[in-house]
Amino acid sequence: MTRELIIIGGGINGLVAATYLAKAGVKVLLLEARDALGGLAAGADQIPGYRCDVGGCDAGWLLPDIAADLQLDAAGLELVTPQACVCSPQEGGRALTLWADPARTAEEINRFSPDDAHRWPEFTAQVARFAAVLEAIYAVAPPQVPDPEARDLGTLLRLGMKLRRLGKREMVEFLRVAPMSVAEWLDDWFKSDALKGALAAGGITRIFQGPRGAGTAFVFLHHQVGRPAGAMRGAHYVRGGPGALAAILANVAKGYGADIRTTAPVREIVVRDGKAIGVALETGEHLAAHQVVSSTDPRRTFSRMVDAGQLDPEFLRAVRNIKCRGAVATVHLALSELPRFPGVTEEAMGGAITIAPSLDYLEHAYDDAKYGAVSRRPYLEARIPTLLDSSLAPAGKHLVTVQLQYAPYHLRPGGWDDRARSQVSDLVVETLSAYAPNVRGSVVGRHVTTPRDLEDRYGLTEGHAYHGELTLDQILFMRPVAGWARYRTPVEGLYLCGAGTHPGGGLAGAAGRNAARELLKERRA
Amino acid sequence: MSTTWDAIIIGGGHNGLVTAAYLARAGKKVLVLERRHLVGGAAVTEEIFPGFKYSVFSYVVSLLRPEIIRDLDLPRHGLEILPLESTVTPLDNGDYLAAWGDPDKTRREIARHSLRDAEAMTEFGRLMHHMAQAVKPILAMMPPDPTSLSPRDLAGLLRFGRHFRDLGQERFHALYKLMTMSSADYLDEWFETDALKATKSASGIIGTFLGPRSPGTAYVLLHHYMGEIDGSFRAWGFAKGGTGAISESIAGAARRFGAEIRTEAGVSKILVRRGGTSGVVLENGEEVRARVVVSSLDPHRTFLQLVGDEHLPDEFVSDIRRYKFRGSSGKVNLALGELPNFTCLPGMGPHLRGAMSISPSIDYLERAYDDAKYGEFSRAPYMDIIIPSMIDPGMAPPGKHVMSIFVQYAPYNVTGGWTDAKRDAFGDAVVETLSHYAPNIKQAILHRQVVTPADIERTTGLTEGNIFQGELSLHQLFFLRPAPSWAQYRSPIRRLYQCGAGTHPGGGIMGASGRLAALRILSDGR
Amino acid sequence: MLKESPFHPRTSALMEGFAWRRWAGYTMASVYELTHEREYHAVRSSAALFDVTPLYKYLIRGRDAARLLDRIVTRDVAKSKVGQVLYTTWCDARGKVIDDGTVSRLDETTFRMTSADPSIRWLHLNASGLDCTIEDVSERIAALSLQGPLSRVILEQASEQDLSGLKYFRLTPAKISGVPVTISRTGYTGDLGYEIWVEAPRALPVWDALIDSGRGYGITPAGLLALDLVRNEAGLLLIDVDYISAHHALIESQMSTPYELSLGWTVALDKDRFNGRDALIAEKERGPAWRFMGVEVDWNALERLFADVGLPPKLPTTAWRASVPLYMGGVQVGYATSGCWSPLLKRYIALAHLEGPYGEPDTVVEMEVTVEHRRKRAGATVRALPFFNPPRKRA
Repeated sequence: MTRELIIIGGGINGLVAATYLAKAGVKVLLLEARDALGGLAAGADQIPGYRCDVGGCDAGWLLPDIAADLQLDAAGLELVTPQACVCSPQEGGRALTLWADPARTAEEINRFSPDDAHRWPEFTAQVARFAAVLEAIYAVAPPQVPDPEARDLGTLLRLGMKLRRLGKREMVEFLRVAPMSVAEWLDDWFKSDALKGALAAGGITRIFQGPRGAGTAFVFLHHQVGRPAGAMRGAHYVRGGPGALAAILANVAKGYGADIRTTAPVREIVVRDGKAIGVALETGEHLAAHQVVSSTDPRRTFSRMVDAGQLDPEFLRAVRNIKCRGAVATVHLALSELPRFPGVTEEAMGGAITIAPSLDYLEHAYDDAKYGAVSRRPYLEARIPTLLDSSLAPAGKHLVTVQLQYAPYHLRPGGWDDRARSQVSDLVVETLSAYAPNVRGSVVGRHVTTPRDLEDRYGLTEGHAYHGELTLDQILFMRPVAGWARYRTPVEGLYLCGAGTHPGGGLAGAAGRNAARELLKERRA
Repeated sequence: MSTTWDAIIIGGGHNGLVTAAYLARAGKKVLVLERRHLVGGAAVTEEIFPGFKYSVFSYVVSLLRPEIIRDLDLPRHGLEILPLESTVTPLDNGDYLAAWGDPDKTRREIARHSLRDAEAMTEFGRLMHHMAQAVKPILAMMPPDPTSLSPRDLAGLLRFGRHFRDLGQERFHALYKLMTMSSADYLDEWFETDALKATKSASGIIGTFLGPRSPGTAYVLLHHYMGEIDGSFRAWGFAKGGTGAISESIAGAARRFGAEIRTEAGVSKILVRRGGTSGVVLENGEEVRARVVVSSLDPHRTFLQLVGDEHLPDEFVSDIRRYKFRGSSGKVNLALGELPNFTCLPGMGPHLRGAMSISPSIDYLERAYDDAKYGEFSRAPYMDIIIPSMIDPGMAPPGKHVMSIFVQYAPYNVTGGWTDAKRDAFGDAVVETLSHYAPNIKQAILHRQVVTPADIERTTGLTEGNIFQGELSLHQLFFLRPAPSWAQYRSPIRRLYQCGAGTHPGGGIMGASGRLAALRILSDGR
Repeated sequence: MLKESPFHPRTSALMEGFAWRRWAGYTMASVYELTHEREYHAVRSSAALFDVTPLYKYLIRGRDAARLLDRIVTRDVAKSKVGQVLYTTWCDARGKVIDDGTVSRLDETTFRMTSADPSIRWLHLNASGLDCTIEDVSERIAALSLQGPLSRVILEQASEQDLSGLKYFRLTPAKISGVPVTISRTGYTGDLGYEIWVEAPRALPVWDALIDSGRGYGITPAGLLALDLVRNEAGLLLIDVDYISAHHALIESQMSTPYELSLGWTVALDKDRFNGRDALIAEKERGPAWRFMGVEVDWNALERLFADVGLPPKLPTTAWRASVPLYMGGVQVGYATSGCWSPLLKRYIALAHLEGPYGEPDTVVEMEVTVEHRRKRAGATVRALPFFNPPRKRA
């Protein structure tokens, strides 16, 4: 029996693609290698009794129109948006908190720099305008550049209008800012180190660059897409954890008739005469299909799953050259009590607790990583999901999910052995304790996931959660590789729908939705 | 009664002189005002110690536009560019990596380090050739203003767009990568030999406050290949008589066309009345009137010092204020009693006629950058060394030599400022690093001149000692150089033009800014 | 310094006029004597000995060695037999020729590839997921080419081995002077001939043994001028002269497909996917835009053009390498890229690219010739290649 369409990988993008396709009447079979759906968003009791998630609480921002299209609310999706976006403790016992409410944030900033507080509304307004432009660009497959096809012209015109609506000066400003470094950009705006550090952290998320790297201003804007104006570096949580989102999507997809199989790892995408004809599972089972859609990362898809003899070596070279240098380790800490940061309320801890006191701090953290070492003084992003959902941990206990950057995949010397792993968790405890001294004594369990683990357990090449860094040369029409940015591949009948494609990671399901739409367009044509 | 000039050019650097020569050639009455006793700006040759001539600041030439050489007939005024044949990178293990004038020899040399790299060179060279071809018309293009709806700008944008479309997808994408990537990442896609990547990267970081792993450094790799498509045999050259000879030859051409050049005539103020300029005031108080004033100084100096905020729109002032200079390089010029003896290639050899590049690995360059990021000069800096007297014997007394060492990084904003002690320490670090590769260097030194970014600023007036009049980073290029809407050599002050490297395309002894500015002035005058 | 071949001690002793030239980074003889006439005639009448060491050579070994080569080259390597040599092209994804060379199957899982351009990077780029090793043996293996009607008898004496059973494009292991060698019945002359492959450090005794055995048969060391003449007669094309590698071409129109080089016979479309297969299938259906053919200039026409200025026809004595336009009815229909006066055939011949319809044999065209500084057009006829194809080549 030849199936209509197989999707490889049951992460959020794979599930979203499956749901959109099934909803349009396509007979979909989704294959997930692991026993749980959700990919990185899948939860696991990595510390017994604590429901952890490797992706780090936040499966990325779920765009409201995806939730609406797929009627996820009706299926039980509940999003919680904490009032606090970022709380950034400083040395000497102060802390800067950025709230979803810009006025409240400005008050807060005023304690650090009245000038900066004064400029805050202007800054947030500009960021919101730029993010809106990106959101429009992200909603469609990237037009073919520099020689657009006829069908791109409408898209380009719409995007052009959107850009023009910014006004003359803002439009040039957008073109100027996007390729800048987040450090230079923030230097143009602000004086306070604390503020610049807390914001710049958003520009280096999962990228092997420091805040002085060109293009980090773009990364910052990328992570503002979909956020309400003023909610700088805001996040929302799915009630029940990101695993719940996967479960809801799976239910909706099944409701539309999609077939989902877990524990079904794909060994090979079978290609004959340049055309994908199905997949072979690790078990040896062959599943024939007219179309195959891979949500695994492009490097893995092409260098591990497709016979290289079926590919142009130059294409394969381009795929191998995709930069996805994993830089983040996730450390789960089980705590017997909440961390106590001086001057920080429980409400302020509802969002991300960021250890990023200055631009130089972040840049120094990157310096170590350049030479293959874990940052001696790392940038940390801690979230306490138990503040919102106490069911994730035993009564009275707390779970803290900490993302540590930089923990380079290519660790020198020796690589990721047990010693290196335990050093990472010690480093997290020590670093947090420098700001919240009670952490050291309250750790009752810990679990470390290194980039190496992400590769080994989740199949992510070099442990990069976004399937490829969001650098200027790897976005838009360059993602995943030049000439193949529209979810198609050189193999007929084989498509990509993961975070390795436009618009990339950090936006839950956006790539999966775009890919599904392109596939459906192609079917209609 | 003083005369009224058609045009006054402020600053006798190479771009100012090029503008002057083109305007004079078109029959305009032109006056060049230079603050120092000699023309050239950062392209000067000075006999700092008797018998030893230094190209004090800039030192090599690669991009001087051939059309300028032809239009102004510069060889008639003494210009002769001698080839720099080779680049040799000494390695820490006592070996070296070389690129020679002959492709076979280079191939064999690289194959000694990596067979694959030797092959990749050919294809990489072809790609760079294509990229240089794609970029060349942009360098010669008046940047269109993307926000303007004027027919001229729309036509320019259309031409710009068509240019990219004609490149085809493959080359456009390659160019896009080149513009956005770090030189280290870009070269990683092609090569495996660290020293090869480092030495190629080094050309990508010259004059910037960026490391080889910083995005935006890849496109400068092109410069090595630009010469090739201009019909010249080799990209890098050394001007006979030092870089000052280039300036002198352009000045000679300008004078032949009737321009007047006054030295020791610093400008203190650009006269502005009702939004237009009518001339300048000299440091000695003299007023000189002109229909058009052209500044070859950097945007800071021109607008914030000579014009003054009060005459300019707020937005423009804030754009100029945030325009970044961040001088990052210094120069050490040595008078030598004997030739350096490099451990990797002992004794006399062809390598001494080329460049010696101290860039043994990407990490080496990156660490040099790390020092600078936090306000220190590099303890072990990147150095580009040439021995001009090996190419042009007239640069030093017979049997003796001059050595020009371009050094990076030496940040303008060094912690504690550039004191005399700091300057000496910087010079010592350079000599120390060099002696690691050429142990006899210390005993060979007769005289030493150390030039820091602060010295460059003080002597030439270049803000923060940036030799390119502003960093060549993506957000300061093309229609953003120096400020949006003012990238076409004009300024918010009527009849005040800009012609320095702070305008498109900027950087290096290229002269393109000066030429494009002259063309703009002439077409506006029509 | 350029590299020297292991035979340099012998070849340099023969050099009479410092007529060296560069070949792939080596110093090689253009001609040993003061003229190349005797060296040329040796190829066709007795035996000429060429040093062909500068060829690039790669040893590919392992379970997937044949699969690797089959991904790259246009011929069907899997089907080749041990001891067989394939002449082949290889292409990029658009079916444009990157290089041409040979693939020799030394045993089931060992192959030697020769190429005109360095190829290690391309081999590695194609080797993903395959179980094989790739070794550049260019400098490790020296090569001689013994070509001419008496080459077999000389080689049989030198190797003390009967070679009558060694068929065209086959190889055999042998020993010469106690040195293990591989003898392949291949060459670049279109004549009976052999190539001898030997480890570089042990190369000199092989040269000496061949010269000793050949003395009575008129063996003549020969240089590249003679080789260039005979390869024109044999219609064998030369990279960078007759075509440009797809890896070096600067624009699309500089590239050629195998069909456009009249090498369609080397393209095995029925084998599994290889680089350029899809494009070549389409091209074969479409028919190639160009053909690579021989052109023979009409001697009478040439004589008349020279007679008009009072001269006898004056032609170069060596082969030329230049682009010379071909016309029909005043319109350019192609261009010749190599040519020579063939002393043996007494014909003025050229190798040429002709637009599809004009590539049929016997089509009458005109070739540009320069007569006393002035450009003229002489009548010429399109010919099938090779111009010279003696039965002994394959017998």
